[in-house]
Amino acid sequence: MSMTNFLVTGVGGQGTLLAADIIAQVGLAQGLDAKKSEVHGMAQRGGVVVSHVRWGEKVHSPLIALGTADFLIGQEVVEGGRFLHYLKPGGVLLLSSETLPPPSLTLSKMEYPPAQKVIDAARQITDRIIFIAAPQLAEELGNRRVANTILLGALSAQMPEVDPKFWLDVIVRRVPQKVVEVNRKAFELGRKMGQEIAP
Amino acid sequence: MEKALLSGNEAIARGAWEAGAEVAAAYPGTPSTEILQAFATFDDVYAEWSANEKVALDVAVGAAYAGKRALAAMKHVGLNVASEVLFYSSYTGINAGLVIVTADDPGMHSSQNEQDNRNYARFAKVPMLEPSDSQEAKDFTILAYELSEEYDTPVLIRSTTRVSHAKSVVTLGERTVHPQRKYERNPAKYVMIPSNARGRHPVIEERIRKLREWAETAEINRIAWGDRKLGVISAGAAYNYAREVFPNASFLKLGMAWPLPERLIREFAAGVEQLIVVEELDPFIEDWVRRLGIQVRGKDIFPMVGEFTLDVVRESAEKAGLLPPSGRKPAPPLADLPPRPPVMCAGCGHRDVFWILRKLKVVVNSDIGCYSLAVLPPLDTTDTIGCMGASIGVASGMTIAGLGKFRGRPRRNVAVIGDSTFFHTGLPALASAVYNQTPVTVIVLDNRNTGMTGHQGNPASGDTLQGRPGKRIDIAEVARAMGVEYVATVESRDWPALEKAIREALDFPGPAVVVSHDICVFREHYTREPYRIIEDACNGCTLCFRIGCPAIMKSKVIDVESGRPKAYIDPAQCVGCGQCYDVCARQAIEPGAPIEFNL
Repeated sequence: MSMTNFLVTGVGGQGTLLAADIIAQVGLAQGLDAKKSEVHGMAQRGGVVVSHVRWGEKVHSPLIALGTADFLIGQEVVEGGRFLHYLKPGGVLLLSSETLPPPSLTLSKMEYPPAQKVIDAARQITDRIIFIAAPQLAEELGNRRVANTILLGALSAQMPEVDPKFWLDVIVRRVPQKVVEVNRKAFELGRKMGQEIAP
Repeated sequence: MEKALLSGNEAIARGAWEAGAEVAAAYPGTPSTEILQAFATFDDVYAEWSANEKVALDVAVGAAYAGKRALAAMKHVGLNVASEVLFYSSYTGINAGLVIVTADDPGMHSSQNEQDNRNYARFAKVPMLEPSDSQEAKDFTILAYELSEEYDTPVLIRSTTRVSHAKSVVTLGERTVHPQRKYERNPAKYVMIPSNARGRHPVIEERIRKLREWAETAEINRIAWGDRKLGVISAGAAYNYAREVFPNASFLKLGMAWPLPERLIREFAAGVEQLIVVEELDPFIEDWVRRLGIQVRGKDIFPMVGEFTLDVVRESAEKAGLLPPSGRKPAPPLADLPPRPPVMCAGCGHRDVFWILRKLKVVVNSDIGCYSLAVLPPLDTTDTIGCMGASIGVASGMTIAGLGKFRGRPRRNVAVIGDSTFFHTGLPALASAVYNQTPVTVIVLDNRNTGMTGHQGNPASGDTLQGRPGKRIDIAEVARAMGVEYVATVESRDWPALEKAIREALDFPGPAVVVSHDICVFREHYTREPYRIIEDACNGCTLCFRIGCPAIMKSKVIDVESGRPKAYIDPAQCVGCGQCYDVCARQAIEPGAPIEFNL
């Protein structure tokens, strides 16, 4: 039973649910079954957002098991690190350099960890790690909100068996009309970044 | 046929619409909220947010009596509020189809308990269907309307977080039209005075017997024979995990949670060597199977507590020897990462009230809403939270019983309740306090918004689910009309006025209400640009950190004298409310410029 597991993690307001929706729909576009699951409710209050997506011939569980994510897409450094134990040995970590220090830090001695801490920990699980300066690249493209599309572009590069037009079709359908072009550029840029390591 | 990727909630709404439902009512509650939001967008339907779940279900019952197919939706604890309606409507039956959705929350992602609402079906003697994915959520909803009308009963649909908030593929259908059924007066059926209710009870018992017979051959209860060594009975979300963990086993999937079949279970049990039940929360199916005298295992293997996952089901099965040990050892979570609990938004006016309450050192009987977050540090100013509307009653009880002394002075308590919760179940408690002249202090956080569930309208906001003209109810006027003799309305940002009002309310010899009008930043905006730290004046005293605003963080700049990091205000998050400015003792914060609105 071949199954592809994705875990998308971020902070409320980052567009985690939309990114996961797009991944699920790309699965369906290829004629596969797909399921997706997340917990709503507190996300708007700046909490952690985790979305599970699965593709396969027939998907039963909407949740993935620990240590089985083929792809972990961390939209923020700490939230990427928090769910590393979901990553399959040899799976792909796509980590954005975005840092959103949680408010709990202001009154604690704890420091926001350097991205290297997460990357080093990930190396115990896989050597397939792509660290992307998504916020800066998005800003250079003129729209901070396309950081997620850059990550999706990088993800697509790691899935050569999927025609990139499936990704672009879904992205174009799901983003507002006036930002279609910048998202297209962001996707292409992400694809380039995603080729840093062999798929 | 058209296919769509729908959440379980969207699929339930779609199913109700395809089944021709015309009236729907709900009170928002995670994980059920999106059902009504989705239903409200269809053509030719009426959908409303009611003041609470009991009212929502009464409205749906009334519409069904009047002959239109109706829907009520709520979270699991909402059905507690609506339970009296469930019980009487079980007795009266319906006219047109009535479907009640209960969305349970195993794991308590967003709830105060993890009750298993399958028990309600048995308790109220009504059928319950339990989908496992979105396609079933739609199909079962349509089936529920058919059952409802065929057996003259409300029908419960039980969803859980992982059905309601999971998305999967659904084949869409057309809407079927059901002409309104004629309402005919029938007091023996619709008037539940004791003499009539006595006549109805046998009807209800006979109904559930017939439904059990239906369940024996219902397509939604189906056996899939596999390896006969292990037979698994499962339902709902748990079925999805069980299917993956035991790919070769024989399965009895129960789409109907109540009534449970007897012959079908016996047939399945007889066909397998070992029988197990995989179900989340209570041993509901297991108890029934055991009652049939069949040997079965369930809760001795799988936990009674918390949400199932693939890992929970697999590890439990391995421990019980049902599966060979996989030897798979997932890496432990990365340690020492900063936690990220949810927080009140930047600019949230609830923070004003709790900041003052913290200063006054009163016991806080709080309630359910965004302001529940005040229990977390740094505000850390809440003593009790129970269920919707509990604040005023619990505060009354504490006030009556007394709380002894604190630092030589009487220890006092206040009720804190949001606007939506006030109309949900706060009103009767306030009426009791006025009637009995209990000198309880009630603070209503009126931001005219049902915030936690995603900014729905309510009687305090006046905006309705489908955008029809509504009417806003003024809470202070309500309190006065109810006979409260101390009623103050203050803007939450005006700390001196807020503190004065709360102090006066506490000293008032009768029930007292302070309506604190605060701004939900999702609905209204402050009118200043982001504030800024004046670096030369800030010495890193941490006072502004203590209000718990997510826009305020430690700066990289360290104060030379104190050795502490100075404060920094993230202009991307600051909404210009000025709470930090009010709290700063060193004039180290500069207000943002007023924003010119081009109206």
